Formats: sequence, C-alpha cells, structure tokens
Amino acid sequence: MNVFVDTWDYLFDGANWGGSGGMWRLLVQQLLITVTALVAAMAVGLPVALWLGHLGRGGFLAINISNVGRAIPTFALLALLVTLDWPGVTTFGPYGRAGIATLLALTAFALPPIITNSYVAVTEVAAEVKESARGMGMTSWQQFSRVELPLALPLVAAGVRLALVQVWATATIAALVAGPGLGRVITDGFYNSYYGKGIAGAVVVALVALVLELLAALGQRLVHPLPRAAVRRTDDSMPAPG
Amino acid sequence: MTLLGLQVATAASEPSCYSRAVNDWVCGAYLADRRQQLVEATIEHLWITTAAVLLGVAIAFPLALLARRQPRLEGLVLGVSTGLYTIPSLALFPLLVPFTGISATTVVIGLAAYALTILVRSMLEGLRSVPADVRESATGLGYSPTSLLFRIELPLALPVIMAGLRIATVSTVALTTVGALVAHGGLGNLIQDGVFSNFRAELLAACVLCVLLALLLDVLLVLTQRLLTPWTRGGAAA
Repeated sequence: MNVFVDTWDYLFDGANWGGSGGMWRLLVQQLLITVTALVAAMAVGLPVALWLGHLGRGGFLAINISNVGRAIPTFALLALLVTLDWPGVTTFGPYGRAGIATLLALTAFALPPIITNSYVAVTEVAAEVKESARGMGMTSWQQFSRVELPLALPLVAAGVRLALVQVWATATIAALVAGPGLGRVITDGFYNSYYGKGIAGAVVVALVALVLELLAALGQRLVHPLPRAAVRRTDDSMPAPG
Repeated sequence: MTLLGLQVATAASEPSCYSRAVNDWVCGAYLADRRQQLVEATIEHLWITTAAVLLGVAIAFPLALLARRQPRLEGLVLGVSTGLYTIPSLALFPLLVPFTGISATTVVIGLAAYALTILVRSMLEGLRSVPADVRESATGLGYSPTSLLFRIELPLALPVIMAGLRIATVSTVALTTVGALVAHGGLGNLIQDGVFSNFRAELLAACVLCVLLALLLDVLLVLTQRLLTPWTRGGAAA
C-alpha cells in the first residue's frame, strides 16, 4: 500500500521534525498543554473530591459530574469556547492560537476521572481503619491526612494516570479548531489528501500515548504504600476518550 | 459599532439573525431555514452511533464469553481492548482510512472499537456478578449450558451490562462528532463548519442537539432496562 510508504517516508524525513511547524515543536506544545490542563484539573478536582470523600457525602455530585461530562463532546465544548468572544485570546504564549480554549476544554475533560476516582478512593478506605484512627484520638484532619490519604493514594493516582493519557489523546482535537499540537499534522494531511502525513501524525500521537501510559504506570507504582498489593479499580475508571 | 450599524442600514431588508452582521447564538430563523440540514445531520449521527454500538456489542459478547471460559485469554482480551483506548480518536480514524476509505464505515468501525473496551469489561463483570449458587441450582435443575447462559446468567447480569452499555452509548454519541475529520461526523460536521465560518447559530444548535441526543438515548436505555428487569424495580435501581 502506497500510503504506508508515504507514512514511513514522512516519519523518517528529518525536515518534518525540525523547524517552527515541525513535529518536535508540535509535540512539545501538546505535552505542555496536556500537563497544564492536568495540573489545573488536579488543582480544582483533587481538594474537592478528597474532602467530600472524607466527609462521605456528595457522591451523587461526583458521579453526576462524571456522567454529564461524558455527554458533552469535548469537540463541541472546544468549538464553543473558540467561537465565544470570551476568552477571546488569539495567541496565548507558548500555547499558540486557540490555546486558552483548548486548556479550558481539556481541563473540563480531565475533571471527571480525577473527581470520581479520588472520591471513591477515600470513601473506600476500610471503615474499621477509619474507626481505629478516630479511637486513637486523631482529629478529623489527622484522620484525613495520616490515614485516609495515604491509603487512598493508589486509586487517586490511577485516576490521574487515566486522565493524563486521555487528555493527551484528546488534545489532538484542538486541531479541528486550528489549535496547537500534533493533531495539526493529522488534519493537515487529511485536508490536503496527503494521507501519509495524516497517518504519520496519528502514529506519533499513539506512540507517545503509550509512552505516557507506561511512565504513569511507573509513577503509580511509586506512590503505592504497600508494594504490589492489589489495587482495585472502579467501574468508572473508563470514561470517554476524546 | 458604526461599521456594524452601517452594514445593517445598507441591507435592504431586515437582516436575519444569522447574517454576517448579526450572528446571534440563538436564532429561530436559522433553525427554520436549515431544518432539513439539521435533521439530516442528526439522523446521520444517530445511525452512526447505533451501528457502532451494535457492532461493538456483537464483537464484545463472544469476546466476553471467550475470556470467561479461558482465564488465560482474559488478560489478552482486556489488554488489547484497553490498548485500543489509548489511541486518540483523531488518530484512529486516519489509521483506518487506508482500509475503509473516507466513508461512514471508517467512523463506525473506529467508534465500535472504543465501545468494545467498555462493553467487554461490563459484560465480564456482569457475568461474574451472577452468584455461584444460582448457577449451581440451575445446573441441578437440568439447564443446559446454553439455556443457563440465556435464561439465567444474562438476565441476572443485565443491570451491570446495561450500565456499561449506557456509558458506551453516551460516549459514542460524543465521539461521533470527531468523525467530522473524515466528513462523516453527523452533527460534528455542522460544529466544524460553524467554527470555520464563525457561524454561531449553527455551532450552538449542533452542540445542543448532540447533548440532547446523548441524553435521549440514555433515557431510552434506562427505560429498556426497566422493562427487561422488572424484578429490580422494588429495590435500589441499578
């Protein structure tokens, strides 16, 4: 198949990687956006979800945010944000054109897995452990920070890991509104009937997704308090891909 | 502002709310004038979603049965279907194009692959949730493996399977929009057109229709589940 030859040629032509529109630059751009969106989502979602989990209330809220999040296409959200007058920023530093809109849409996209997993993680800490902590005279904050949080950490990390890979993959959608990132290689290739280029972009994105997944799995293992113990994943650990 | 006023003034008749000068977000005239287009896009969206989910179910069911029977295959089946999930949708459609061309088939196959992950997991979990003693009693009553599966296990596994089906359906509706990349994205085509031509009425209408479609299908699935599992109605709804 000719397309695969084109793909191969595109991938192994150094000219396609360097330069201002090269794939390295786009890759770094997309990584930057992914990490920023993930950090923003963690900053918003983790404190709320963990504390609600500690109180054992608000589960309805957490699950519903997750469900509504699934029904709203990221592409639709992104398209609306780009067309809105606010935040009408055409360039946003290293994030490029349509950067703010992409960041907001991706942050919103990363929230459901982070919130659901963190909430479930804290509520699922064994009741007798919580009770012993209270019996030892720990204050509410001590119970949370010394007992619940360390025990919940693996599941929280699983949620963040899931969000990371999904945000990375979804960040490519930015290209549909002429935003930053590797998605541009894919759409460029397609709109100009240069399928080799489009497929080359897809291959790079998929490979980086796999690398991120492996790195995240490694990180998740590092935060585990009890090495190699079974970590239960929730049913809800599979929200929408972008 | 004066420029805008001038444009409006020079237009002979009252400009419609979706002209270049006005460009309202909500515009009744647009909905009336382009009804045909909106209906066609919604129908395309609906059938792509339905076909993808049905294809996903058709593939997931035998896979789940296989994985349950051969524990060794389970890791492989779950691994491959989860691996598919890490491929971005924007990348998956292009990867399929050399085989299926620029067609709705590409979108349907891609979406089915994503639905597969959720469906296989929920089917396995559902079948596992059937208590062993129930299975044993059925065998004791003389049920053959096939009738045990269809008359005992599947009905009991239905709440869990339906939960997975709901997630798969709603996310497939959302993901279908990305099919705009290969010109078969249903409402996604309108969203993309709305962005590129800065056409707010079209953009918002398509987005709202998309969310409504997802919610509608979700409600339909919940109702179907109620009808199929009348025994769960008394207790907590699954």
